[in-house]
Amino acid sequence: MKRTIIATVNNTSGVMNRITGLFARRHFNIESITVGMTENPAVSRMTFVVNVDDQRGLDQVIKQLNKQVDVLKVRDITDDAIVARELALIKVVAAPQHRGEISALAEPFRASIVDVGRESVTLQVTGDQQKVEALIDLLKPYGIKELARTGITAFKRGTKKSVFESPKYSIIN
Amino acid sequence: MSPKLKEADGRELKTENQEMTGSSMLIQALAREKVDVIFGYPGGAILPTYDEIYRTGIRHILARHEQGAIHAAEGYARVSGKPGVCVVTSGPGATNVVTGIADAMIDSLPMVVITGQVATSVIGTDAFQEADVVGVTMPITKHNFQVRDVEELPRIIKEAFHIATTGRPGPVLIDLPKDVSTASGFFNYDQDVDLPGYQPTVTPNKHQIKKLVEAVTKAEKPVILAGAGVLHSGAAKELLDYVEQQQIPVSSTLLGLGAFPGNHKLSLGMAGMHGTYTSNMALHETDLLISIGARFDDRVTGNLKHFAPGAKVAHIDIDPAEIGKNIETSIPVVGDAKEALRMLFEAKGTPCECTQWKEQLNEWKQEYPLWYKEEDNSLKPQRLIEMIYEETKGEAVVTTDVGQHQMWAAQYYKFDKPNCWVTSGGLGTMGFGFPSAIGAQFAEPDKQVVAVLGDAGFQMTAQEMSILQELNLPVKIILVNNASLGMVRQWQQLFYEERYSNSLFPVQPDFVKMAEAYNIKGWKVEDPNEMQGALKEALNYEGPVLMDCRVHKDENVYPMIAPGKGHHEMEGIKP
Ligand SMILES: Cc1ncc(C[n+]2csc(CCOP(=O)(O)OP(=O)(O)O)c2C)c(N)n1
Ligand SMILES: [Mg+2]
Repeated sequence: MKRTIIATVNNTSGVMNRITGLFARRHFNIESITVGMTENPAVSRMTFVVNVDDQRGLDQVIKQLNKQVDVLKVRDITDDAIVARELALIKVVAAPQHRGEISALAEPFRASIVDVGRESVTLQVTGDQQKVEALIDLLKPYGIKELARTGITAFKRGTKKSVFESPKYSIIN
Repeated sequence: MSPKLKEADGRELKTENQEMTGSSMLIQALAREKVDVIFGYPGGAILPTYDEIYRTGIRHILARHEQGAIHAAEGYARVSGKPGVCVVTSGPGATNVVTGIADAMIDSLPMVVITGQVATSVIGTDAFQEADVVGVTMPITKHNFQVRDVEELPRIIKEAFHIATTGRPGPVLIDLPKDVSTASGFFNYDQDVDLPGYQPTVTPNKHQIKKLVEAVTKAEKPVILAGAGVLHSGAAKELLDYVEQQQIPVSSTLLGLGAFPGNHKLSLGMAGMHGTYTSNMALHETDLLISIGARFDDRVTGNLKHFAPGAKVAHIDIDPAEIGKNIETSIPVVGDAKEALRMLFEAKGTPCECTQWKEQLNEWKQEYPLWYKEEDNSLKPQRLIEMIYEETKGEAVVTTDVGQHQMWAAQYYKFDKPNCWVTSGGLGTMGFGFPSAIGAQFAEPDKQVVAVLGDAGFQMTAQEMSILQELNLPVKIILVNNASLGMVRQWQQLFYEERYSNSLFPVQPDFVKMAEAYNIKGWKVEDPNEMQGALKEALNYEGPVLMDCRVHKDENVYPMIAPGKGHHEMEGIKP
């Protein structure tokens, strides 16, 4: 199952290395990691999309992350009301006669054309994973020359209540 | 400026907020942490620290190889419960301690390792003796640091000791660039440790304790599996109190030996690959398995598919990540073993009668005790361990290397007291046994320390005999000499159709002469009838001793759970 996990970590050198090393040596299957600063420059925020077999696998990911001294807080937010966004840059083969079509396709996705070459255009799209994937699918027939995705970054919504009670991972008190 | 240290107990130090060099800070901080011995080896990048060691006179033991230093620090930590401290230089000095760090990590030993590093200005340029030690040791330390600024040093050292010794203990490494150790800054060691990402849970959840108390009341076939966590938390007495109150039988992991008295009537002996039949069958048949400070290592569980099929599992561990890692757990208790056992004791649950269960266990004990055959005129290694047990009255600190002799020591030395057993469990590190005995002797200067070693493993760190020579340290080295990599030979015999690839020694050094070269008294014993007398003499000898005991070469360790098998499928359970 696919889960979205966020972690706040100390913004010290080597933190990324610690976390990716942990994932690699414990054979945790990650789909994406994003990292960036937060409102507090001493703290970074990481968002992981992981693939786990079962609840026990998920527990291990969370517990092993928590065990790191530089990891301040870990949460599985998959079942919470969240804002999750990813950005993708898609370079598509675009002969002049197809350009109108492509930009029409892009419009409902609020994707924008950020670069135009002789034989290609580059689109930028932001949204949740489904939206990004839908656009990529639609563009495939034209021929995708290059694709760069940032991976998901996410956090909980400010106003809405959680849609589900998040499962209790913590066995500590 | 370098204030003199009178004693390494932190009393005479009036150094707060003085300006001093990084290396001076380091030594001051070690004194404040009450470090009474450092094991190490000097070299270029760590020279400023060695200069400070020279000037302050803090006790430093010079190993002859960094691996010797780190294993000595491990032995010290295992026996004393205090952090072992090891100081080495950059590059090769640091990479030489990697094995020991990994060993300490997997066996949860509190350690602070300080490695010199090239100057910050050249880090990343492949400078002379530069190695990315922080990178290399990241997965095998509980945490590690590289000091970039001398002003951070006191805080980092304080955090290192805090992390190494609290929660689940483990090794912490501090990489100290040369220029940081010579730079000056203000030394302030009175700040509180502030690590928001590191908050070990000590006190268990009352609700889980209550669930466990209820489960014990209902259980018909309960068993406790005692691991090294009991020893780390200093809970041997609490375990004994609880067991006597509840009358639950106790099985022990390899590293948990001594956590519960081996001679107690409720002791079932060691569990696992070479554990007792009773212990393993108890784990197989139990309906309530209470693991305390053990992590369900594969050498303990055998094939997980067959492990404790009918058991409800309760797991007490200070490391939440161990709970549920290998075994589905229905009663998770996160916390310190001592606290948990105290709470369990105070709950005063109804003791476990379980008459049938205990009859069954006693029947297994009677029917399938540990066994070996006395045959022809050769010394059986098992008998050798029994003699060591008899001659030391079970009161020695015993260290071992890795292999058959290790398993025989675990089986036949009945550990009645905590912290008298030093062995490399998780990593199975050959070369560990001898230097760890040196560290153990520093931790317990008045106790007899016996290093039970294989003829192969001893040769991996034999150079540390220099320390015995230099300090007249009365460690007793007992070589269980089967002229082979015995454990490898056993596996080749059993699982590779007797193709003894590289496991039989065609030649061996003259171990007695080797000892004598270091001015250590050496004995060679071949005749089993002379063994006990020689042993008595050697153990009573005042200084260091090496005994080359020629044992039966083809002896195998039994009983055994073959790889892939379950606890109920033990082999070699009867003569
Ligand atoms: C550093 C290291 N290398 C290899 C091994 C694999 N190994 C395990 S036991 C053993 C043989 C040990 O022989 P010896 O020290 O003579 O002990 P014995 O089994 O004969 O008692 C070997 C090679 C190991 N555990 N550690
Ligand atoms: Mg041998």
